[in-house]
Amino acid sequence: MSGVSVTKDAEGAAEAADDLVVLSNVNKHFGALHVLQDVNLSIARGEVVVVIGPSGSGKSTLCRTINRLETIDSGTITIDGKELPSEGRELARLRADVGMVFQSFNLFAHKTVLQNVMLGQMKVRKTDQATAAKKAQALLDRVGVGTQADKYPAQLSGGQQQRVAIARALAMDPKVILFDEPTSALDPEMINEVLEVMQQLAAEGMTMVVVTHEMGFARSAANRVVFMADGKIVEEAQPEQFFSNPRSDRAKDFLSKILHH
Amino acid sequence: MFDFLTSGQYDVLGAFWVTVQLTLYSAVGSLVWGTMLAGMRVSPVPIMRSFGTAYVNVVRNTPLTLLIIGCSLGLNQTLKITLGGEDFKEIGFRLAVLGLIAYTGTFVCEALRSGINTVPVGQAEAARALGLNFFQVLTLIVLPQAFRAVIAPLTNVLIALTKNTTVAATIGVAEAALLMKEMLENEADALFAVFAVFALGFVLLTLPTGLLLGWVAKRVAVKR
Ligand SMILES: Nc1ncnc2c1ncn2[C@@H]1O[C@H](COP(=O)(O)OP(=O)(O)O)[C@@H](O)[C@H]1O
Ligand SMILES: [Mg+2]
Repeated sequence: MSGVSVTKDAEGAAEAADDLVVLSNVNKHFGALHVLQDVNLSIARGEVVVVIGPSGSGKSTLCRTINRLETIDSGTITIDGKELPSEGRELARLRADVGMVFQSFNLFAHKTVLQNVMLGQMKVRKTDQATAAKKAQALLDRVGVGTQADKYPAQLSGGQQQRVAIARALAMDPKVILFDEPTSALDPEMINEVLEVMQQLAAEGMTMVVVTHEMGFARSAANRVVFMADGKIVEEAQPEQFFSNPRSDRAKDFLSKILHH
Repeated sequence: MFDFLTSGQYDVLGAFWVTVQLTLYSAVGSLVWGTMLAGMRVSPVPIMRSFGTAYVNVVRNTPLTLLIIGCSLGLNQTLKITLGGEDFKEIGFRLAVLGLIAYTGTFVCEALRSGINTVPVGQAEAARALGLNFFQVLTLIVLPQAFRAVIAPLTNVLIALTKNTTVAATIGVAEAALLMKEMLENEADALFAVFAVFALGFVLLTLPTGLLLGWVAKRVAVKR
């Protein structure tokens, strides 16, 4: 087992002081389908966790429950010690602290790239326009799309759009960013430009949960790999250990498929 | 044959001006009310959703004439509501606008709702993930994109509204249709000429609207 703590008790009282995201006994159903089964997962501040697993195993659902885009049936999720509120202003405030990057980018189609990165700052953080614009431009420069600021999302390549989406998440100064297969919708030649930005974020100490099958990224940037199958966390390990010497049969089977296709 | 236009006996332009005013006030009102109804119909609050659905289904299926007469008889003559109007003319005009808004708002709502369905769910999810509340997601992200997608159907609603203003004649609002009725009685020998003038008047009002908004729709279309 890796040195990272996995909270097993429902109270979460014993969790390490530095745990930023803690899921305890989380269950979630879609109708009869039990998509998350007693999931326990703690993510430390500054940690990069890669979530890997077959399609349909519940990786996206796991991400989406962390900022409550999906509700859970039982269990608790805490962010920075505070339990996820169910609705209203408290929930909105918490979501602002949890960034999310989607597979399909989801940039606001009717707003320019710059406006995309300004919107949350102005409407949620109540930052004034000039400050928001300045910060947005700086973030766009940082992810390498500064020259595209006045274009609309549809005018950008997928790789550029995804980097804008990362800038949009960063603009909120989130405590943690969730990435749900951020490179799966990209043409192969654009994958690296996005991974490089993510790698840089990881190196700067951003707490990240990344659903991805990019093993290069997992090896170089992740502190821990979490393997999911059928709504359960089957295995957790350090990347090197997981890829070279998986313990569970499910993981072995899965890795043999993604390695030799 | 078109003597009636120059005789000075009829204020055709004045009547059409009232039609234009009825249309403009009702259009703005319907747009606001229709947007509110659409907001209710997609809101997470069950009672608002039920109200929106019930209102749209009842009002949309009620003949407009009934609504306008209802405004006049029910609101004004029975409940003495004047909407701040001073005289018979002003009160009639305002009641007609109210009836037109109540009715046309349902069509705006349904057009908008179909527009909301064209906005990918990911747009709202990304907005929620940023921490925007329901109202902000609706007004900043979803509705602006929905509006751009439904300018064509909204244009049809506006054209229908322009023609529907003629129903205001039933409660004595001095718009184009009322004047036409009067002229048809007085100028029986120029029947077709009177018809032609009013038909042309309405085409002149609605045709440019359609062309202009068609152009706008193309310009503001959201590219995905
Ligand atoms: N909104 C939903 N309604 C019903 N079933 C869903 C919904 N979202 C996901 N599922 C189902 O839940 C399971 C897990 O989905 P997901 O979390 O997307 O898996 P993954 O991201 O690992 O591919 C799948 O079987 C999927 O079909
Ligand atoms: Mg997924």
